[in-house]
Amino acid sequence: MELLEGEEELIHSEVDSIFQEFTPERENLIPVLQETQKRLKYLPKLAMQKIAEKIGIPEVDVYSVATFYNQFRLYPPGKNQIKVCMGTACHMMGGHIILESFERRLGIKEGETTPDREFSLERVACVGCCALAPVVVVNDKVEPKVSPIRVDGILLSYEIEKKLEEKEKDAEEEGKSQ
Amino acid sequence: MSKEVKIIIDGKEIKAREGEKLLWVALDNGIYIPHLCAKRDAEKPDASCRLCFVEVEGMPNPVTSCTLPVKDGMVVRTRTPRVDRLVSTAFELLLSNHRLGCGKCPKNRSCELQTIAKERGLKLKLTRLRPLERDLPVDDSPQGFIYDPSRCVLCGQCVWVCHNKVGVGAIGFVRRGIERKMATFGEVPLAESRCTQCGECVEVCPVGALTKKEEDEKQAESA
Repeated sequence: MELLEGEEELIHSEVDSIFQEFTPERENLIPVLQETQKRLKYLPKLAMQKIAEKIGIPEVDVYSVATFYNQFRLYPPGKNQIKVCMGTACHMMGGHIILESFERRLGIKEGETTPDREFSLERVACVGCCALAPVVVVNDKVEPKVSPIRVDGILLSYEIEKKLEEKEKDAEEEGKSQ
Repeated sequence: MSKEVKIIIDGKEIKAREGEKLLWVALDNGIYIPHLCAKRDAEKPDASCRLCFVEVEGMPNPVTSCTLPVKDGMVVRTRTPRVDRLVSTAFELLLSNHRLGCGKCPKNRSCELQTIAKERGLKLKLTRLRPLERDLPVDDSPQGFIYDPSRCVLCGQCVWVCHNKVGVGAIGFVRRGIERKMATFGEVPLAESRCTQCGECVEVCPVGALTKKEEDEKQAESA
């Protein structure tokens, strides 16, 4: 995942400030990672490398812990967060087919984020509306009874939304420049 | 020096130093106990391969011999129905996650899995379990060796050597459960990582996951 403009400096300053709260010891690795994720919303590679260097352990050890626990994410949350339900009911109704459709359509794997940071894809356990299986939650909106065809429709609506926003922005800028 | 103790393994009286781990005492005295993850110099045993079970008189359940310090008068049996059952299940679980096909493997005839199967009369094929097919890419980026993750049994020998003997720390375990594998930081090919390609990990790999390129080629020619 490529870093955004100014993100590198942000990572450096945040990690430095986190280590003012924690002593650089191995037993603090998980709390440090949690705090890093709280501030940066994910664990960028650069942050993991910096943490490893501060604590004085191989960077692969930090990566090992970060990939072991589900609470850590290695990709930034997208502007639109897609959560595909994998609870028992949704699983029976083909939740994995829906997840695969999203993966194919977005060109990313579960747990990842598109390079433009528009969409992130996650699997979740039950979201609590099993009668609507298979369920997908985009941001906070529940999409009931999803089929692979509807996957395209759901994504299209967000893409159209984005295009409209861009048009508005362009129009505004044009208005300003005139 | 710690004091000398006498223990009995399979009816054979053996002298050992107190506190030494039972697995190494047995191996040093010519009694074979299957093992994959144990490292002689490691401070704390992983006890993760679940192959080195033995039964000790006075203990209710079989114990892993790599974690058990010897005590004076200990009576150990390496082969009992309970031990055999535990070992055969653990062995089959390992095999279910190990791409079989010894004929094509450069480690054929020097593989630790083959040794265990021979010693314990176990089959090198799955009878109760389905194979876990993961289709992981082979990493042939280093100069002298190849890493094939689908042959890896996650014993951790390479990781331990890389961290504790060589002091590089280029490789480690990543992810969890059936996704777990040995990899580098960011899961990049070895040649792009901080790996110095010293080849120590290849030396300790008990199976055909890390193999020398020359052996691989020899195997391809003969096959």
